Amino acid sequence: MNKTTGLYIHVPFCKSKCPYCDFYSVRYDKKRAMEYAKKVIDNIRFYEGIKFDTVYFGGGTPILLADEICEILTAIKPFITDNGEITLEANPCVTDNYNICSLKSAGVNRISFGIQSGVDSELKALGRLHNSKQAEKAVNIAFDNGIKNISGDIMIGLPNQTKESLSYTLDYMTDLPLTHISSYILKLEPDTYFGKNPPTLPDDDIVTDFYLHVSDCLYKKGFSHYEISNYSKPGYESKHNLKYWHCEEYIGIGPAAHSYYNGKRFFCDRDLDDFISSPLQKTIITDDSPGGFDEWVMLRLRLKEGIDFLAAENNFGIDKEFFIKRLKKIPGELYCLTDNNLSLTEKGILVSNAVIGILTDI
Amino acid sequence: MADKEYLNEIRNFCIIAHIDHGKSTLADRILEQTETVAQREMEEQILDNMELERERGITIKARAVRLIYKADNGKDYIFNLIDTPGHVDFNYEVSRSLNACEGAILIVDASQGIEAQTLANTYLAIEQDLEVVPVINKIDLPSAHPEEVKEEIETVIGIPADEAPLISAKMGTNIKEVMEQIVKYIPAPKGNPDDNLKALIFDSYYDAYKGVIVYVRVKEGTVRVGDRIRMMATGAEFDVVELGYMGAKNLETAKELRAGEVGYIAASIKSIGDTKVGDTVTLATAPADEPLPGYRNVNPMVFSGIYPADGAKYGDLREALEKLQLNDASLTFEPETSIALGFGFRCGFLGLLHMEIIQERLEREYNLDLITTAPSVVYKITKTDGEVVYIDNPTNYPDPSVIEVAEEPIVKANIYTPSEYVGNIMELCQERRGTFKDMKYLEMNRVELHYDLPLNEIVYDFFDALKSRTKGYASYDYEVSGFVPSKLVKLDILLNGDIVDALSFIVHSDKAYARARKIAEKLKDNIPRQLFEVPIQAAVGGKIIARETVKAMRKDVLAKCYGGDITRKKKLLEKQKEGKKRMRQLGSVEVPQEAFMAVLKLDE
Repeated sequence: MNKTTGLYIHVPFCKSKCPYCDFYSVRYDKKRAMEYAKKVIDNIRFYEGIKFDTVYFGGGTPILLADEICEILTAIKPFITDNGEITLEANPCVTDNYNICSLKSAGVNRISFGIQSGVDSELKALGRLHNSKQAEKAVNIAFDNGIKNISGDIMIGLPNQTKESLSYTLDYMTDLPLTHISSYILKLEPDTYFGKNPPTLPDDDIVTDFYLHVSDCLYKKGFSHYEISNYSKPGYESKHNLKYWHCEEYIGIGPAAHSYYNGKRFFCDRDLDDFISSPLQKTIITDDSPGGFDEWVMLRLRLKEGIDFLAAENNFGIDKEFFIKRLKKIPGELYCLTDNNLSLTEKGILVSNAVIGILTDI
Repeated sequence: MADKEYLNEIRNFCIIAHIDHGKSTLADRILEQTETVAQREMEEQILDNMELERERGITIKARAVRLIYKADNGKDYIFNLIDTPGHVDFNYEVSRSLNACEGAILIVDASQGIEAQTLANTYLAIEQDLEVVPVINKIDLPSAHPEEVKEEIETVIGIPADEAPLISAKMGTNIKEVMEQIVKYIPAPKGNPDDNLKALIFDSYYDAYKGVIVYVRVKEGTVRVGDRIRMMATGAEFDVVELGYMGAKNLETAKELRAGEVGYIAASIKSIGDTKVGDTVTLATAPADEPLPGYRNVNPMVFSGIYPADGAKYGDLREALEKLQLNDASLTFEPETSIALGFGFRCGFLGLLHMEIIQERLEREYNLDLITTAPSVVYKITKTDGEVVYIDNPTNYPDPSVIEVAEEPIVKANIYTPSEYVGNIMELCQERRGTFKDMKYLEMNRVELHYDLPLNEIVYDFFDALKSRTKGYASYDYEVSGFVPSKLVKLDILLNGDIVDALSFIVHSDKAYARARKIAEKLKDNIPRQLFEVPIQAAVGGKIIARETVKAMRKDVLAKCYGGDITRKKKLLEKQKEGKKRMRQLGSVEVPQEAFMAVLKLDE
């Protein structure tokens, strides 16, 4: 039986840079996009023999390279399992019937739209190129073209965001045919425009309330909060992203893409030119002995399913008592404890760093 | 009758200056002017040497240097330049250094005029009958106004400044004039080399090879290699192994030191405690009738607990304190234990600056990360059973039910200030429970105020408060005068219901409430939110008098998509764990080191 692996492809092209984003991307250029795509195929071919059951095109703005992505998917088709989940991140304002139709034909069966907000003034403040109407249209195009698994991102803690505007966004989002919603808290990263020119953000207590409001609201609309930042309708969890939290292996291709493969975590340098000019991408190891207890606790507690005591015992020789002892330092409302399992409540998720710190304090 | 002609060629002097007014630059120039006369090519080397020493901080202790100056009259003069520390904590040391001199150069910045800090030392110098030679520095600055500064010197200090050399130590302008004035105005020392030996100890330091090196000014008599000497205050006796002069680069041995001369003595002395500043060295075989006046046994006045941030560094801390004590007899320490902070030392200091210097040296030179408790003074407690105890650690303060009388140390403080700030100062002293004694006009617009103040009101931040209320113009010094009964209470701080011993302190009951509120607020600002709500309480004798709450943490999450970059998440958590190591676990509460420091700075 062949082991299957995830495939992440980082598509480092954007029309313009959003002021909050610190992911690697360069200005879109057709020629370089073609060179890039060719190199992606070369790199994937290097892994010949591996079967990918999830493929994820992240970015950047992958949909800008719809043609090239179709090419890539055609070239690597033999590498992908029959029911493989193939996700593409898309920017609503670049989405049209034509590219969605091609991508669908090439195998894309899941699209993640960077919607971020249903309020146009908030979108503007975030430097997004689309408005709420365009996002609505983009989702419907995907849906009408037969892509039934659609995710939308929302951001909380935006400048001038209020509980009312957030409620509006949530209503707007849940009226769309979405099966999955990712919710991120805006964080100012040092090497971004916002990092250098920080806007006024709602304070932590307000953001906390926003976060709880999102969870509550989405729960009522039938979404399950299966991971810190992710909500889905039953059965629509992101199979690819779950690999990250399940400590399963994935191969990352493209500048700035991260991999966990053959027992090591590594990434490809943030340098498109170098990626294009190298026969195979150069990687840098970030962790040569992953899979330790701390990492496991950190990843498992991001998930609704939480820590399985039997797994802790079997994999790390750490028994339930270890956790019970440490839980004394943690208020009961933050976690949910059963005979076999420990997971975090909504409030617990919000302070998960502190909780993880206590639980991994040996 | 011995030949006393040699005395005429000696000039013993110090330099008094406000910080940044150019003391060390002028010292460098004087060095140049003297050494370079003979050997020009030595110049660079000497200065390099000095700089190196300064970097290593050796000059902090190398407090005297001997130089030869060829004057315009053709004669060679011996200049003994003696450095003085410049803070009220070291007032006594300053007075002893001054006592080793016949004169002082007063440097005044031509653009800033006289600053308060120099005044106290200038007054001390005048009190000791030193000839003060004013020098106006930094005349190269565009903002220099030397004529007005001269006038200021004459009216404020009351010494003639007509002939004060206008110099730029930085540019080397008019240094020669300073040298000539030293020869002309500073009197030659007096003394009789045939009398019984009386040598004043004005400094000492520990040398790993020679033992304690004592810096002395011989007032009377002569000391020679091989002599058996006696320290008159401590009674300790030693045989002189080596003596000589402090050269610009190194010690220069000699056969004898005569009355009027400044030099060093090495006598295989193991403990610096035997060589107290201000003590008189005499000969065991032919002792002087009485010691030189002015000796005081200097006792530590301020105590605080010093703990290693990392408990494993306890041994390192002990070693570092032992090494510092070799050079600093006024530093005391003994082991103590705190429930909150673990193993550490209760250390005694001359004052707050001394405490800060020691802490800084421990951290910088010995690379130690420290937690320091609030400084405390010594309280004298008479118990109901008649027993008298001295308490330097609030934790050991007896239960009020067994206290008959509680007494606190009182100081006589002399405050010098331009008269316009008298109101502000009186207000400050009032706040600090001071008792007004009297006020003297020194000049038209300068006054000296005398107050009795409780020491525990001035140990923290009196100096800073005084400066800030007088635009930096007032200065003060003090002398402990004894104990007086006082309404003292022990204030305890509770975190999550548990007393944190390291945060307890003694306070006058009238001030307990305000103090408690302030500390609780400070702690609230400095204790990060934790998973549980943390009540902060301040209590006197079990009664809660202030309360604050650190609300429970609500948000500490990485809810951002980093793709598959698990390593980044892991690193963020590792960093968080590192941060936690800098926290003290007090019961269920994590307290950052800064919180202990923050309660020290209540007036911010």
